[in-house]
Amino acid sequence: MRWLPRLAVAALLLAATVTAGCAARGPVTVTITIHYSAFDLTEVSVPRGVPVTFVLVNEDPIDHEWLIGDEAFHEKHRTGTHEAHGEVPNEVSIPALETMRTTITFDEPGTLQYICHLPGHEAYGMVGTLTVEG
Amino acid sequence: MRRPWLSLAAATAALLITAAPALGCGGLIGPNGAVNLLRTTTFAGYHDGVEHYVTAFEFAGGGGAFGSITPLPDIPSKVERGGDWTLQRLVLETEANRRLSLDTFAAAETAAGEAEVLLETTIDALDITILRGGGDEVGLWAKNHGFRLPPDSPEVLDFYAERSPIFMAAAFDADAAAARGQAIGDGTPIHLTIPTDNPWVPLRILALGKTAAETVQADVYLLTDEKPALLPNAGAFGESAGLILDHSDAASDSLLTDLRSDAGMEWVPNDAWLTKVVIDSAADQLNFDLAIDASGAGRPSPIDAGFAPFRPTPVPRSPIALYLGMGAMLIVAVPIGVERATRVGSRRPPFAGA
Repeated sequence: MRWLPRLAVAALLLAATVTAGCAARGPVTVTITIHYSAFDLTEVSVPRGVPVTFVLVNEDPIDHEWLIGDEAFHEKHRTGTHEAHGEVPNEVSIPALETMRTTITFDEPGTLQYICHLPGHEAYGMVGTLTVEG
Repeated sequence: MRRPWLSLAAATAALLITAAPALGCGGLIGPNGAVNLLRTTTFAGYHDGVEHYVTAFEFAGGGGAFGSITPLPDIPSKVERGGDWTLQRLVLETEANRRLSLDTFAAAETAAGEAEVLLETTIDALDITILRGGGDEVGLWAKNHGFRLPPDSPEVLDFYAERSPIFMAAAFDADAAAARGQAIGDGTPIHLTIPTDNPWVPLRILALGKTAAETVQADVYLLTDEKPALLPNAGAFGESAGLILDHSDAASDSLLTDLRSDAGMEWVPNDAWLTKVVIDSAADQLNFDLAIDASGAGRPSPIDAGFAPFRPTPVPRSPIALYLGMGAMLIVAVPIGVERATRVGSRRPPFAGA
């Protein structure tokens, strides 16, 4: 029975490890503020397979967008004709001086970009990179 | 509230206006993308504590509507149709050496968070609105009234609102202009009468919406009682990149007589100084305004020029100062270099290089 205490300790360690893992992979919130037509965060890393809530704060008196995807996605939106976005979680229109929220789960590791595709905004520098860590 | 600045003459930046809400997704400029303001010519006269600002909105073709937002140093006491030949006569005056109503004001409803509407009037196909508010409030008003503001507008509006919360929004309906029989090139002059302590001319607003590779070209005419002192000092070597002092002389009697005979120009004095500043600058370099001291004291305000204290933008320095600094560094550096070389040489082992 001398192994019982060791077993108990091992069980506790395992439970603690699992709990910590769950905590690390719990809901994630990323707040991105837009001021003077610039994202305050231009480099963001998030875990794979975890819901990530993006809080998008527009401090400007003009509208902005936050569209995230790969290059093919952005190429389509550069010439798109949508008046507004919001039907899908990775395409968000942010009215002037308002805050929007969207939650996305990224299932594949890799690198994506988030861009405002309103006329002239991408060229002005409204581009950020999101890395999904495996 | 009177501000120690002056008017904003050439400060008309073309902005797109759409009847429908601004479109998302890139590349959409709307049906009016062909409408543009080209070279801007404005006039700012200053006499007896009153600035007279005259500019023209030129119909350049296309359909739909476009507009502009112009910072003002103070609340205009009058906005009216400008005279028919003031701007043309000024051009003639400064080129010759080389070659040869306000109907009603009505307060409008203002939505929460928007700028306060002080005055509204229509002149020909132009809808003029005088606004009071911070950058956010003016931007929100413009957005809600169909102005499609470019991405640099939040910063630029704040730049001006920190000094003066008064702006003029002008919406030009090209369809209405065409219906009125206006031909391409026809201009609608407007004349603002603005009591203020001293004139200044906003220049940075001219670069609004332009990329760094674009240039800003404009002509600004000043008519003052005394020869004005300017900041940046247009024409001074190295101090005014992009600003050219094209004309500076006592105004001729014939010019003053001709100006005085135009509508709304009876205020023109018998003696005055005529200055013409040509702006030909890369858009990203035009991050200042033109401060003017028309009092004869010779002290244009760095604040009016947008240099201090609310902006970190440094006052352009003369390269003469740079050359002097470099010269001073050389004077110090050369003896140090000689001394070090001497020391290195003296520490070299006797057999080194042998």
